[in-house]
Amino acid sequence: MKRIWTVFKARNLEFIRDKSSLGWAFLFPLLVVIGFGYMFSEDDKAMYKVAEISSEQSVNQAMDQDLFHKKRFIEFIEYESVDEALKKLSLHKVDMVVSYADRPTYWISETSPKSYVAEQIFLSSQRDLRPDENMELYRKTLKGQEVRYVDWLMGGILGMNIMFSALFGVGYVIVRYRKNGVLKRLKATPLRPWEFLSAQIMSRLVLNIIVTAIVLIGCKFTVGYLMLGSYFDLFAVISVGTMSLISMGLLVAARFQSEELAGGLLNMLSWPMMFLSGVWFSLEGANEYVVKFAKIFPLTHMIDGMRQIMTEGVGLSQLLPQMIYMAAAAVVCLALSSVIFKWE
Amino acid sequence: MSSILEVKNLEKMYSGNVHAVRGVDFEVPEGVCFGLLGPNGAGKSTTIEMIEGIIDSTKGEILYKGKPIGKRFREQVGIQFQSTALQDFIKVEETIDLFSSFYEKTMPKEEILRLCSLGDLRDRETKKLSGGQRQRVLLALALINDPELIFLDEPTTGLDPAARRNFWELVESIKAKGKTIVLTTHYMDEAHALCDDIAIMDEGKIIARGTPEELVRARFPGIWIDLKIDPKNPPTNNWRWETRITGDNMRVLTDNTEETIQKFMDNKIGLESLKVSTATLEDLFIDLTGKDLRT
Repeated sequence: MKRIWTVFKARNLEFIRDKSSLGWAFLFPLLVVIGFGYMFSEDDKAMYKVAEISSEQSVNQAMDQDLFHKKRFIEFIEYESVDEALKKLSLHKVDMVVSYADRPTYWISETSPKSYVAEQIFLSSQRDLRPDENMELYRKTLKGQEVRYVDWLMGGILGMNIMFSALFGVGYVIVRYRKNGVLKRLKATPLRPWEFLSAQIMSRLVLNIIVTAIVLIGCKFTVGYLMLGSYFDLFAVISVGTMSLISMGLLVAARFQSEELAGGLLNMLSWPMMFLSGVWFSLEGANEYVVKFAKIFPLTHMIDGMRQIMTEGVGLSQLLPQMIYMAAAAVVCLALSSVIFKWE
Repeated sequence: MSSILEVKNLEKMYSGNVHAVRGVDFEVPEGVCFGLLGPNGAGKSTTIEMIEGIIDSTKGEILYKGKPIGKRFREQVGIQFQSTALQDFIKVEETIDLFSSFYEKTMPKEEILRLCSLGDLRDRETKKLSGGQRQRVLLALALINDPELIFLDEPTTGLDPAARRNFWELVESIKAKGKTIVLTTHYMDEAHALCDDIAIMDEGKIIARGTPEELVRARFPGIWIDLKIDPKNPPTNNWRWETRITGDNMRVLTDNTEETIQKFMDNKIGLESLKVSTATLEDLFIDLTGKDLRT
């Protein structure tokens, strides 16, 4: 235990004293959350998701719908009921809800930049058909406790930060240690591989929890965020999720000596995770194979769990499948990496 | 004197049929500084790393105090590698604390800091150390468990002359404590200054073994006299001593300096450029391997 403790302490000191990386670890997620919280995205390639309520339509209504459907960069997802669609809208899984029954009526989330853009596109399609009508009359916004876009984004950004820190902070660092001879020097001592690896895992786990807590405090005082669930549950999900991501980093770092190769592999893992795990946009309505594929990544489950706790107030007991998957991923990756680990 | 370390018929074959070490035998008596010399690629580091247990040997036997090396070997020996990075941002004293925690028996921290002249550097982060200071920290790490046997692999490579002398003094003080040292180096002056016993390696084999003086005397049993001559009109060689002419330099290996100088005067050879010297380990090495040690 003494050995693990001293290696753990040394790794923590190394992290804390590396001022530039340390600053970045806190600043990066904070800046992203603030940036996205306040600014509207002007990226016209963004995908907007519009929920449409399936119902019988008159010829005129079909024309309304056709005109909207001709607009680009919008994905239309059909829902059975308005309530179901509005629930998705409140959780930012869709950006707008349109019902063509009777008269076209639409709902948006007032704080979401994507809602705003989707609305503008919708209005422009309607203007061609009804140039004189004030469509604002049919506009509705979400009532009650609304989940702002930044509240939705929060879990994603925290998750992404944890992922990069876990994969690169453990994987890349161990490969660097191996390349520059730090591991060789340790091999010449009675220190055992599992003691060294445990210390690395614990160090990164504790540091990630502290960094996340500080980022949350920072966000509380700047953009503010919604927290409907318990912090204990949130950090339980974060801890298990971080373990699974650290284990993935260890697996990559178990043998390689080239920082370039390890960096490439870590990028190959982190980039698809970043795009498919729901950091920036929801996979609602995406191709079912893509959704299934995304579920392979522990990050998908961690972000999903964090969002459910923060924006829906879900408790840990309802997140058991996610927790079990992440724990299993951690155990499998750890077992594999301790078997194939080499000091040199 | 009993042997603390015995190496018998040690071999290392790497994939691709690279025979790095081809049957090496030696024993190291307790309390001596044993030098393993050779040019780069001779197999010194491979040999020493097989003994340290860092890499596996293909064949052969290694005995520590008469027994095959076991699990506790790492508790009992100290190792300084040729090139080792230390963790950035960790201070000298913290590095010593870290490594101390790995061993059951350790030398008191203050004694190590004093022995390796690190007292003033204890609060310095390792990445801010100079080359010589870094080697002293690495030596401190090798001494942390108060080992009886210490391996130093090319410890002064890349250091300036003052830092090298300073390091030699540290090694001398460790020798004075009765420790056994196995040193690899390609600096002959270093081997001459520190080693009581040396083995010269080339192409994976030991090609000479003995004390530095014995080895040099056995091959060059005399004194060298160098003279500048006119290469177009070389002097008549009517003496019994081995003579080599390279360009405008004539070198005579003699067992009697006065007699040789008298012979030169008899032959009316000018003595203005006369230089008398003795052979060094470096001369021996070049003679044995045909290689410059630093190539």
